Amino acid sequence: MASFYGTTLPNPLMLGTAQYPSPAILERAFRESGAGVATVSLRREGAGRAGQAFWQMVQDLGVLTLPNTAGCHTVKEAVTTAHMAREVFDTTWIKLELIGHTDSLQPDVFGLVEAARILSEDGFQVFPYTTEDLIIGERLLDAGCEVLMPWGAPIGSGRGLNNEYALRVMRAEFPDVPLVVDAGIGLPSHAAHAMELGFDAVLLNTAVARAGDPVAMARAMMGAIEAGKLAHDADPIEARDMAEASTPVIGKAFLT
Amino acid sequence: MKIVLNGELREVAATTLSALLDECDFTGRVATAVNEDFIPATLRGSHALQDGDRVEIVSPMQGG
Repeated sequence: MASFYGTTLPNPLMLGTAQYPSPAILERAFRESGAGVATVSLRREGAGRAGQAFWQMVQDLGVLTLPNTAGCHTVKEAVTTAHMAREVFDTTWIKLELIGHTDSLQPDVFGLVEAARILSEDGFQVFPYTTEDLIIGERLLDAGCEVLMPWGAPIGSGRGLNNEYALRVMRAEFPDVPLVVDAGIGLPSHAAHAMELGFDAVLLNTAVARAGDPVAMARAMMGAIEAGKLAHDADPIEARDMAEASTPVIGKAFLT
Repeated sequence: MKIVLNGELREVAATTLSALLDECDFTGRVATAVNEDFIPATLRGSHALQDGDRVEIVSPMQGG
């Protein structure tokens, strides 16, 4: 397993905690899939003090916590949110999301690089939610990031890997950088695909939380991720255009 | 004084950020910002509130 800022993940599934039908189902999805990282967020604390109960449940899961800056549209907002997250969650990890487009939730990669530099210099360990653009990836590494998290497809779209070619190139370009496909996964086959390409982890939320049976889907995702990783490590064959007989021809009975 | 607490106008007696947390019964893990600037927990006691301040108090929440 790749090292994420010195931490080896228990497995390559990073699972979001939003949109589940109930806290009990969220808890079971984590426990039965074995996902080792939970993404979390910050919101205004309301009268019901729901945030404290949620935090207790996440702590009881015993998983690593990756806070995000979801919903931030400016560098200042993202940096301030990251500081608040570091204090509340007591971790230097931050999933840096800086949204540039309302409909696609495409990252504002220019602001992303700027925010990543500010946060890295301030001791944060930044997990940038980015596009598959190679130059942006290089800039993020220059800014201090040691992990890149390109999108597979827009958040919550379930479209899978929209640009497999670019993700494959990204893997080849950054062979020693931990890479995570973050967002767009809809099916276990999408997650397996990312792992077959050699990605180090997959981060997903909606595909599990909004499935008819989130617990079963979480288990399916973990199975697919493990299969994809195993397949990548097993060095798959190259695809070819024409058939190649698998059964040996030598020794075949002469019957015509 | 009047402040805006998590988007709602409030009349409060507190004059510091930590006193505001006590007055409004915020306990547990929260983080604070005043007028869009992060205020670390260690500085809440010395951070004086001004009339019209915009105070944000956030806590853990589900996220993707």
